[in-house]
Formats: sequence, structure tokens, C-alpha cells
Amino acid sequence: MSVIYVLLAISVTVAIIFFIAFVFSVKSGQYDDTYTPSVRMLFEDELVKDKSNSNKKDIKQTKSTNQ
Amino acid sequence: MTDSTCYHCGDECGRDSVTFDGKDFCCNGCKTVYEIFTSNGLSTFYELEGKAGTTPNQIRKKYDFLDNQEIVGRLVEFDEENVQVVTLSIPSIHCSSCIWVLENLNKLHAAISVSQVDFPKKTIRVTYKTNDFSLKALVLLLGSIGYEPYISLEEYNKKGKKVDRSLIYKLGVAGFAFGNVMLFSFPEYFEVEEFWLDQYKHVFRWLMFAFSLPVVFYAGIDYFISAYKGIRSKLLNIDVPIALGIFTLFVRSTVDIAFDLGSGFFDSLTGLVFFLLLGRFFQQKTYSYLSFERDYKSYFPIAVTRLQKNGGEENIQIYNINVGDRVLIRSHEIIPVDCILIKGTAEIDYSFVTGESEPVLKKSGEKLFAGGKQLSGVLEVEVLRSVSQSYLTQLWSNSIFSKDKASQFQTLTDSIGKRFTVAVLSIATLATIFWLVYMPSLALNVFTSVLIIACPCAIALAAPFTLGNMLRIFGKYKLYLKNTNTIERLSKIDTAIFDKTGTLTTNQKDTIHYEGMELTEDETALLKTTLRASNHPLSRSLYNILKSNAIMTLEEFQEETGKGIEGKYNEHSIKVGSASYVGENKSNSITNTTVYISSDEDVKGRFVFKNTYREGMQQIFDELAESLELGILSGDNDGEKKKLENVLPAKTKMMFDQKPEDKLEYIKKLQEKNTVLMVGDGLNDAGALAQSDVGLAVSENINVFSPACDGILDAGNLNMLPSFIKLSKKSIRIIKLSFILSLCYNVVGLYFAVTGQLQPVIAAILMPLSSISIVLFTTLATNFIGKELKNK
Repeated sequence: MSVIYVLLAISVTVAIIFFIAFVFSVKSGQYDDTYTPSVRMLFEDELVKDKSNSNKKDIKQTKSTNQ
Repeated sequence: MTDSTCYHCGDECGRDSVTFDGKDFCCNGCKTVYEIFTSNGLSTFYELEGKAGTTPNQIRKKYDFLDNQEIVGRLVEFDEENVQVVTLSIPSIHCSSCIWVLENLNKLHAAISVSQVDFPKKTIRVTYKTNDFSLKALVLLLGSIGYEPYISLEEYNKKGKKVDRSLIYKLGVAGFAFGNVMLFSFPEYFEVEEFWLDQYKHVFRWLMFAFSLPVVFYAGIDYFISAYKGIRSKLLNIDVPIALGIFTLFVRSTVDIAFDLGSGFFDSLTGLVFFLLLGRFFQQKTYSYLSFERDYKSYFPIAVTRLQKNGGEENIQIYNINVGDRVLIRSHEIIPVDCILIKGTAEIDYSFVTGESEPVLKKSGEKLFAGGKQLSGVLEVEVLRSVSQSYLTQLWSNSIFSKDKASQFQTLTDSIGKRFTVAVLSIATLATIFWLVYMPSLALNVFTSVLIIACPCAIALAAPFTLGNMLRIFGKYKLYLKNTNTIERLSKIDTAIFDKTGTLTTNQKDTIHYEGMELTEDETALLKTTLRASNHPLSRSLYNILKSNAIMTLEEFQEETGKGIEGKYNEHSIKVGSASYVGENKSNSITNTTVYISSDEDVKGRFVFKNTYREGMQQIFDELAESLELGILSGDNDGEKKKLENVLPAKTKMMFDQKPEDKLEYIKKLQEKNTVLMVGDGLNDAGALAQSDVGLAVSENINVFSPACDGILDAGNLNMLPSFIKLSKKSIRIIKLSFILSLCYNVVGLYFAVTGQLQPVIAAILMPLSSISIVLFTTLATNFIGKELKNK
């Protein structure tokens, strides 16, 4: 039954990994604006259609890294 | 001309309408934005949401101060290796089309690499290369497509402030621990006498202990601090019994598991903190894009152009303006200091200061006051006083602006908390004394059990959820309150004082009537044609009311800034403007704005502009008069007194010619006996708004102009004010009902505690049950009473 220590260790580790992920997501500002991304994700299609129309250079949108 | 609407902004196409590409536009500005968008492949803007654009303003020279690298350095967030990152506030962001076009700025200029919109805050974060681009160019680009950024002194000084995310962290920690502790304590809920379970229960218990450590010492630390502060200032606030509960829970549980007396109450402990923080999170301020702390700094430009002795120009920060400096004020700039007009014709809009919308004309040698906005042409002025010493800004040296109203007000929860703490402590003592006599071994158990079960979690949740939800409901109807505390204060008011100009009157619609000899048809046609050529706001509103379809081509047109306009056609001439311009000697109307007309040098008559009162003003006052004392506090002269007396309830007190300081003092005096609501709009009301118990700012455009206040009310919804006050009273009643409900839970819990049979599982059921039922009750009840607003 000492396998329970292993199981507990695994479950606690997994839980803590998720907790760390949460802390990092807060730190990166994910929870600062909870509205705009919901609108932004609907735009991708228009962007693609738009790019094919215009002959401008394809500037890739990257996430800002200068936090 | 047809009654079409602008393809870009949706405004009605008036006299300046332009047709381009088969679409109608209300002005050249909108057409230009359309051209920019379509030529850069951004026409999807119009497909996302129809008529979503905003008309661009003429801004060009206004941002010259951005040439000053020192100022730019303070504004940008990041500046290295030819890359700058800046966050700009853009009040005109309002829909998904805005987000789309602003996030595709890189199509308008190749130097922009990333732009990201934060919609709730109405800001945009732009990363750009500085090789052939600059902050000024960016601002002008944004301005040219109708998204003029709002750069103020306030922002300039605020640099370096960090976002406070500690509540989210704490909530995360508490939630994480709560979930895990619940799982670990699950086996013991069933109390099965199983060998393996018994063998390993210590592992589970100490794991729970480990998880509860960060909850008590990190997530719940605020309650200990607040309770300590409360006790030190001899105030038993609601956090005292909460802190006592958390502390007892932790110590008792630790002792229990250390001496193998039981499984401890770690599940209740973590749950309690989690729910409490959830309540706090819910009542957090939600209108991040609105600023309730604005003082004159938000209105004033960051820098002005100073004329040097040798004739050169330089951009300096307004704090560096000295008495005696010569300063240039451009069109649509705000005058930052009291000064004397040296050169140019001043046409000053004092609407920020007084709420009065009609511009005032000043000649050289006259004094100009800080806070006015120059409407046309460039002015050269000599500075009389520095920024902080000016007439308007002096008001802010009053100590009332540094006081926090919320901290001085004892909330309902805190006043209950006091009685509650006393009651809990006496019950605990009595029960302990009883058990000391009857069965001493159980006494300590009972004492701690009472403190644990009586922890007023549900009571502490009632107010945040009720008021937080009410705050959101009010927000839907365009009353934006600073915090939930304001609702409680609003429910207590017994006197309402209104400012007149801009609050009760609207800045948008003027009633215009004509006095004098009737104009012939030809004259009207000529007048209308002449007005068409002028861009002055008065000409525009006059143009819109004149009934004549004949539009001809003028042979001659002359505009003298600040005086009037003249049009000639077919040997007839018409002059429109001030009394002296048209040749009228006596201008006998001082109280109202008038425009004189003369035809062929013969004075015909005048148009009088009067402010119109907002629709339903009488009804608002009648409704409010049922329960409140009313008053009007106006900075204007008493020209409108008679009219108001006829319309408003008889008991309404009226005060005219009130300076900003007078208003503040008047409210202060009233407060000796009453709780006062002040409704105002301009900066001249700022003192009164700060002094009053609740200060509401009425605003035509909630994003832009409102002084420091407790809440901003959209001008169109002023007629709902009586309902808002009623609803705030009802919310307090809901809170009281939830107190009764949660006391019932406490009585049940206390029965178990006092009789010494409190099992961890009972606490674990009772605590979340009471919390959740309170949350449900308050949410449903507030939504139910909030429906009342819908029918308005």
C-alpha cells in the first residue's frame, strides 16, 4: 500500500505544475484584459482574406515580448 | 440634399456632405478616413460593424510637443535599438471594428510592427521602429483615422505604476488549496473504520496542513491586517470575527492533527478564505477605462509653445511656465494658466470650467482664465500666474481633495460586524463556562467550535455580491460608480443639489428664436448661403434651423474671426455676427448668446440662443421631491430664475452666481444636518462633488470630460436618477435580508457547537452551503429589482 506515497506525490506534482502555469499566465498579463481576445480571435479569417486582396508584404503578427 | 447618413460614422449628412465612391459622407474628414482604409486593404472595417467610424479632428500642430525627446522618453514604455513601445489611451474605441483596424495598423505604416488593443481599458499598445517613424507620427496617424489618443499630464506623471494583480494571485492560491484539501479530506468524511485508511490518515492530514499554510499566511493575510488595524483604532469591523475564525480554525486543526484528536477543519478553512476572496474579487472596480480621480491635470496639455526673446519657439512642459512668459495657444488648445491676451482674437470655450457651452469673445489686453479652450486662430498670451496658482487650479489645494470618502463611511457590514463580534464572544464565553462546570474536558473544544462556526463568512459575502451586482446593473444603464461603497452612501442621502448649466441644460441642443423685423425670402436664402460657408458652431446650428432651399454661389464672402461673416450676392449683402460687427449699438441681452443680422448695412434683428433643459427635468424633480430636499447651485447669473421657479417643485432652493469655492462651502454647510448628493458636470463643480457625500458627474460623453467624482452618469439617462436612488435603498434591504438568512445558518451551527458535537464534516457542509445560498439569493434578488430599470 506504500504505493499511495507515489500516487500522492504524482497528484500533488501535477497540481503544482498547473498552479505554476496559472501564476505564469497571470504574470504575463493574461488576466488583465479578458474581453479583447474574445473579439480578436474572430478576426483571423478576415485578415487572411484581406491579405490575399492586397499585395502588401505579409507582416506576421507576433506576440509582444517586451513586458 | 437628402437625409442620408454617413457611411463612415453614421452621422446625418448635413450641409458639408461629400459623395465619394458611391457612398455618402458627412464631411471630408470621414471621406479621408474611408480613402485611407480602402486604399490599404482595410475595408473589412465597414463589414464588421456598419457605420462605426469616428470623425477625425483637426489636430496637426497640437502634438508638436512630441518633438521634445524628453517628453517622449517619459511617455514610452520601452526604448532601445530603434524600437519603441508605447501605450496610448484612445477614448473613441467603442466596437469590434475599432479593435480590428487598430490591430492592423501595420498596414497603414510599415514601421509599426505590433499593435494590441485592450478594449476594457480603451488603450492601444504599439511597437514601432524609430528609423523613419516617431511617436508624433504615430499619434498623427491615429488622429487621421479618427482615433486621436488622449495624452494628459496625469498619464505623464503616473509612469512606473505597476498593475496590482495580488488579488488574482491570492484567489488562485486559495482556490488551488481549497480544491486539493477537499480531495484529501474526502476519505475521512465517511469515517469508515478501514485499516489502510487509518494507517495513512496522518499523511493526508499533514498534506492538508501544508496546503493550508499559504492560504492562512498569504491569501488570508489581508483579513488579519484589517482586523489589527480595526482593533487599534478601536473599531470592531467585520474582519475581526473573520480573522478570529481563520486563526481559530488553523490553530484548532493543527492541534487536532498533532495530537490525533480528529481530522481538523482545513477544508472549511481553505473554503472560507476562497469564498471571501471571491466576494472581494466580485466587488472590485470594473470600469478601468473611466477615471474617477481626474483633476485639472487630465484636461491640460503636457506642453505648450513658449516664445523666446529672440523670436524662436520652444516646447516646454507646462510646469515650467513662469510668470511673464509669452506663450502661444493654438486653435483647440486649452489655456493652462491665467494670462493676458496680447495678440489674436480669442474665442474661448469655458465649458470645462463653467459648463457653459457658448464661446466667449475676448480682445487683446483682456484676462484669460486657465481651463478655457481656444476655438479659432492662434493666440499670443503673457502668463500672469503659474499653473498651480491659477484661478481654477487653486481649488485643488483645498484639503477635501485628499480625503477618501469611502474610508470615513461605516458600512452596514461593519456596523453589523461590531454587534456580531460581541454576540459571538459572549456566546463562546457562556458556553465555555457551562462546560467547565459540566464537563471540563470538552470546554476548550466548545469554545473553539463556537468561534469556528460563527465565522461570519456569509455576512461578509452579502454586501460584496449584492452591491457588486448592483454596480453592474447600474453600469448597464450608464451610471458608472466608482465603487460599491458609493451605493451604500447613495441609499442614505436626503438632499440632492444640482448644478444648472451643463447638468440640467444640454450642451447639444439650443433653442433659437428670432427677434426683430422679418427677413424676406431672398434675405433668408442669402443668409443661409452665407452661413454655409462658415465653420463656426453658431453658424452651423443657425444654418440647420433656417428653412430655405435656395443655395446660390456667393460673389463675395468674408469671415472676420471672432466678429462675424459677410456674404454678397447680386448687389445685396448680409452680415451676421456680433452687435458691433453689424452696426447695432446697444447689445441689451447679456444673459444669452445672440447673433445679429443686418441686410445691406441695415440692422434687421437678432437670433437668440437659449440653453434647453434636458427632457423630463420636471419629472425628475417631482419624483425626487417626494423623498428628498432639492436645490440648485449655479455659477450663472439668475436670468433663468423665473423660468425655473415655474417648472420646479416649490421647495427647491436656488442659488446663483456661485464660485467654485462657494459651491464647496455651501455643500459643507448643508452637511452639518443632511447627507448630500451633488450632481454636476464641469470642473467648477469639482469642489462640491468632492465635498458632498455622493458626487455624481453628468456627462454627454462618459469617456472624456468629467471631474473627480464618485460616479459618472450618462446625460441621456439623467431621468433614471430617481430610480437609481430607489434601487440603492432596495439593495440595502436585500443585504439586511441576507444577514437574517445567514444568521439562521449560524444558529443551526451554534447548536452543534454549543452542545459539543461539531464534526469537521458538518462545518464543511454548513460553510459552503450558507455562502452559496447567500450568493444565489443576493444575485437573484438584485437582478429581480434591477428589472425595474428596464421599463424606464
